[in-house]
This record gives sequence, C-alpha cells and structure tokens, in this order.
Amino acid sequence: MTDYNFAYLDEATKRMLRRAILKAVAIPGYQVPFSSREMPMPYGWGTGGVQVTAACLVPEDTLKVIDQGADDTTNAVSIRKFFARVAGVETTEATARASVIQTRHRIPETPLTEGQILVFQVPIPEPLRFLEPRETETRTMHALEDYGLMHVRLYEDIAKHGEIARAYAYPVRVEGRYIMDPSPIPKFDNPKLDNSPALQLFGAGRECRIYALPPYTRVESLDFEDYPFTASKAAGQVCAICGAEDSYLDEVITDDAGGRMFVCSDTDYCATRVAAQAEDAA
Amino acid sequence: MYVAVKGGERAIENAHAWLDDARRGDRDVPDLVLDQIREQLALAVDRVMAEGALYDPDLAALALKQARGDVIEAVFLIRAFRTTLPRFGTSQPVDTGAMQIIRRISATYKDAPGGQVLGPTFDYTHRLLDFGLAQTPDIAAAPEAEISTASVPHILSHLNAEGLMQREDAGGPDVPDLTRAPLEFPAERPLRLQALTRGDEGFLLSLAYSTQRGYGRNHAFVGELRIGHVRVSAFLPELGFEIEFAEIMITECESVNQFQGSKTELAQFTRGYGLVFGQSERKAISMALVDRALRARELGEDLDGAPAQDEEFVLSHCDNIQSSGFLEHIKLPHYVDFQAELELIRKLRRDAAARQAATSQAAE
Repeated sequence: MTDYNFAYLDEATKRMLRRAILKAVAIPGYQVPFSSREMPMPYGWGTGGVQVTAACLVPEDTLKVIDQGADDTTNAVSIRKFFARVAGVETTEATARASVIQTRHRIPETPLTEGQILVFQVPIPEPLRFLEPRETETRTMHALEDYGLMHVRLYEDIAKHGEIARAYAYPVRVEGRYIMDPSPIPKFDNPKLDNSPALQLFGAGRECRIYALPPYTRVESLDFEDYPFTASKAAGQVCAICGAEDSYLDEVITDDAGGRMFVCSDTDYCATRVAAQAEDAA
Repeated sequence: MYVAVKGGERAIENAHAWLDDARRGDRDVPDLVLDQIREQLALAVDRVMAEGALYDPDLAALALKQARGDVIEAVFLIRAFRTTLPRFGTSQPVDTGAMQIIRRISATYKDAPGGQVLGPTFDYTHRLLDFGLAQTPDIAAAPEAEISTASVPHILSHLNAEGLMQREDAGGPDVPDLTRAPLEFPAERPLRLQALTRGDEGFLLSLAYSTQRGYGRNHAFVGELRIGHVRVSAFLPELGFEIEFAEIMITECESVNQFQGSKTELAQFTRGYGLVFGQSERKAISMALVDRALRARELGEDLDGAPAQDEEFVLSHCDNIQSSGFLEHIKLPHYVDFQAELELIRKLRRDAAARQAATSQAAE
C-alpha cells in the first residue's frame, strides 16, 4: 500500500499530534485539545487511539490491538489490519512482544514494561461531563481544582447504595492534581494505571482531546477513608479455560437454562497459560 | 470446549463480500454509472458535497454509489478522503454578488434590480407522483432566454445603503479553520458558520424550526435566496497575482431579522447567513436562522435557554459524522463494562436483600 503516507496520516498532522502528546506527558492527567482528523473508521470506534498510535508508530514497532481484552474481537481485527496495511508494521498478539498496544476497555493482565506504550481509546475524556455537560464549565473546574461536585456525587452513591456505584470508567486522581477518566476500563484494572513502567496515552478523537500518564505516575482511584476503593470482578470465579484466579473474567451464557461460564477477557493471557500448562504436562 | 464467540478476521471478510454483493443487487439490472448519479440525483450529490465539505460532484457520486444511497455514509467516505488531502492555502473570498444566477428570490421585495428568478425549483409543483417517470420518457428541453451578464446586487445591500442593516465585520485575512484546530468555546462567528455549513441538514432544519416555534424566537424574513455559479480564485505569492481555479455552484441565504436596538445602538435589521455547496436551499435557510439565533449573546438579546441559541449545544452536536459514529459505536462489544455492571447490580441486590432480611428479623 503506497497510496498513503506511513501510518496513514501526513507528517504535518503527525507532528501536530506529537506536540499534543508531549504536552500531555508534561502535564499528566490534563486534557490537551488537539485538531482531530476524520479517519477512515467512524468517530467513537477508536479514532482518537488510532491517531495517537499513528503518531507514535515507527517502522520498527510491533503493534498489538485489543478490544475487551481480546485480539480477535471485530474492531480490534479491523484496526490491526488498518495499521498492517498503512504502516506495514509487524503485529502480534503477545503482550510482552508488543512495543505499542492499542486498547479499548482493558489493560492487559501481563504486567507492562519500560519502553512499551499503551494507547487507550477514549469515548468521553471528561470525568466531570455527566455532572456538568458544558465544556466551558468543566475546563474551569479543572483549572481551579474544583472537584467538590465529584466528591459529592460519590458520597451520594454511598448514601444511596452503601458503596460507590461505579463499575467502570472509575475516576482517578493523577499525581494529586487532575481528576482523570481512565476510559471505560473495569475498575478491576484501575490499580494497573498506578506507577506503571509503560507510557500510557489516551486519545479521544471525536472530542479532540489527548491526555497521558508518563511512566511511574501516581494514580489514585477516588475514594473515602472509610469507604476505600476496591478493584472488583466476578466474585468467587476462576477462568473455565486456564483456571486463572487473578484475571478479569467475561461471563458467557452457554445455554438457555441459566448455564454460564467465566473465561479470561484477556485472550493472550489465557492462551499463554494454557500453552504453559500443556508444556508442563508433557 | 468453549469456542470464543468473537468475530474473527474471516467473519469480517465474508461480511464485506456480502455487502459488495448486496450493493450490486440483481445482476439483470444494469449497473449504475456515476454519470447517472451525478446528473439525475444531483441534489443528493450536492448534500454529500456540502456535509462532506469537499466540492467534487464525481467523488460525491462515487461515494453515494459505494454507500448504497446512504447519504451520511457517503458523507463519511468523502470526509475520510478529504483528510488525506494537503491544504495548499486559502482562497480569496467568493464574490456572491457576481454569481451567475440560476435562482434568486426575495420574500421582502416584490421586485428589485436583477429581478426574481424562480429557476429549477420544486416550489409550486403539486406533489403528485408522476407515474410517467416510472418509464423513461423523453423530456423536452426547457425554454431558454439570453444569459444576463449584469451583476445582480444583493437585496440587503439596498437596506445597507439606508443604514437600516447592521454592518458586518469584514473579517481579517486569518480565517480560523475548523478542520485544523480543535473547536473551543466561545466560538467566533466565522467558526460557527464553518461548523453550520457542514452540519447535518436535518439537525439544522429542526433547530431552525424550533426558533420559528418560539424556542429563541426571532422572526426571520428571507431577504434573499440565491443559487448559482461563482468563481473561486486564490492569490499565489509565487506569481504575485490571483488565479481562478474553480467554478462552483452554491446556495446563499440572507435572512433579515428585526433588532430592537440597545442603549448604544439604534433599532435596525440584523442578518442571519447561510452558505452551502450546491443547490440546497432548505439547508441554507436553516443555517441562516440558526446563525442568527446563535448571535443572541453578542446582540445582547434575552437568552431564554433555547437550544438554538446555545453554541455549545449546537456546535457540539451538528456534525453527523461525529454523532452517527458515536451513536453507532454502541454496537461494538461492551462485554467488559457490561460484566462490571452486572457484578455491581448483583452485589447491590445481595446487600439490599441482606439488609432487608436483617430488618425483618429484628422486627419479629
């Protein structure tokens, strides 16, 4: 495919993106406006992540793309094929082998390492959006560090439900300053954001925002002293395929009589464990 | 053994093959050629160019064919292509006063220099299905008149001359570009107009209609609506002069709205402005009304919380490529977040049931 520049975007656009990324890295958790482009996939389908990945890729990179933790979900396949076509980079399903990982809704179970870049696709970058719909207002709230509304909201959850009723996109505070939306990852994944050796970049295409967590950034999930944050997942279940107890599980309905099973959402993690078990048995 | 119920590469390839097959339809029916779309579905082509923000009737026809007639999908194809094009520079402002007119009407004056020209309009046709068109009848050529080369001044310029029309800011050479900088609020009028001209026709129509029905009411007259061809030129610094590089068809609408005046300004008329690629008067009129509604703040009018007066609301939601993309993304897998919700709901129910049991026990 030679009709398009390397990684689809022209160099001037990539430079614009890299400037936004550098600014985002310099101010962890701050949402940097950038001039998002129309991409050949729809807004809401990962255009922000795709633009950030395009700006980060070099020909030597090895790319992994996951959606819901899996390499073989349709949109992950589509995005991986896109970059294989317009950038010609090597692709992989192995977390440990990838230099750039684009993800939607999950952080891989295999711990990331220095030098890796994790790119999140973000639908609504503003953690305060559902408390205040106006961008002009929320930008001011961030500038003044005026996060009372968020704390009141979390308190109301406790008053009503006895706990903070947020299962995913659980808000975090970055280096004690900006409140940040970690994208719709389950709160099970929130602890992985903290002090990660990898560079974590967040791209929201439709909303024209990029933000970042540089390696080894302090990321705390919002909570109260008497109601501490807990990273939860399916209670008392293990993966039906690999037996993992420590991974995030998807529930699969197996029949129409209430039968169900739980399997790893991270397909690479699951397959690696199964392969290792087979080797041990042999 | 459980087999992952997740779409794979083969499923996608097969789906796309099916799409190609369905697009072609019955092979006994001749394949549609782009000339037919461009010539005979011209208004659909115009809409794709307007909302796709790229003036190229052939590409718009191709997009419509590829999209199986789905206009928003065609707009999307054009937008995605448009991003890959380099931007060489900015054209000179288009002189719509020098337009080669095919249609020009005013609702405010019975007659004016240049006259009223109905042009190829649906207005005053009776909307009776023409069963004759189901065949392929020969259509006689329309009667012709001499082309007038006289320039046709804008109707509102006559009001301008009397000082009754609010003067517009001519703007500087540095025009903001919505496609090169993220939209930030408050947005100035040039930026608002850029967003509106490529905004969704249906959305703008509904917003404009809402102002007519009292949500941010500001009665508009169609001062002038004109459709025709204009020349586009650019100044090339290397050559030191201006060259014409295109002739495009556009629709322009200027609405006239009353303004009561304020402490510093006398009562006068104000303008709403609509300019759209191609022949698209519904969109141009809608745009003019919404533009005028969005000026409420700068004109110091009462803001009554109407959606059409709220620039954050209008500009954040008028783009159908953004809105349809985000709307349709909920088709994508959400197993992980749904699973998290499922666990949360189960836990909340468990906790509540336990509390209830404890209370009823205590009561016994």
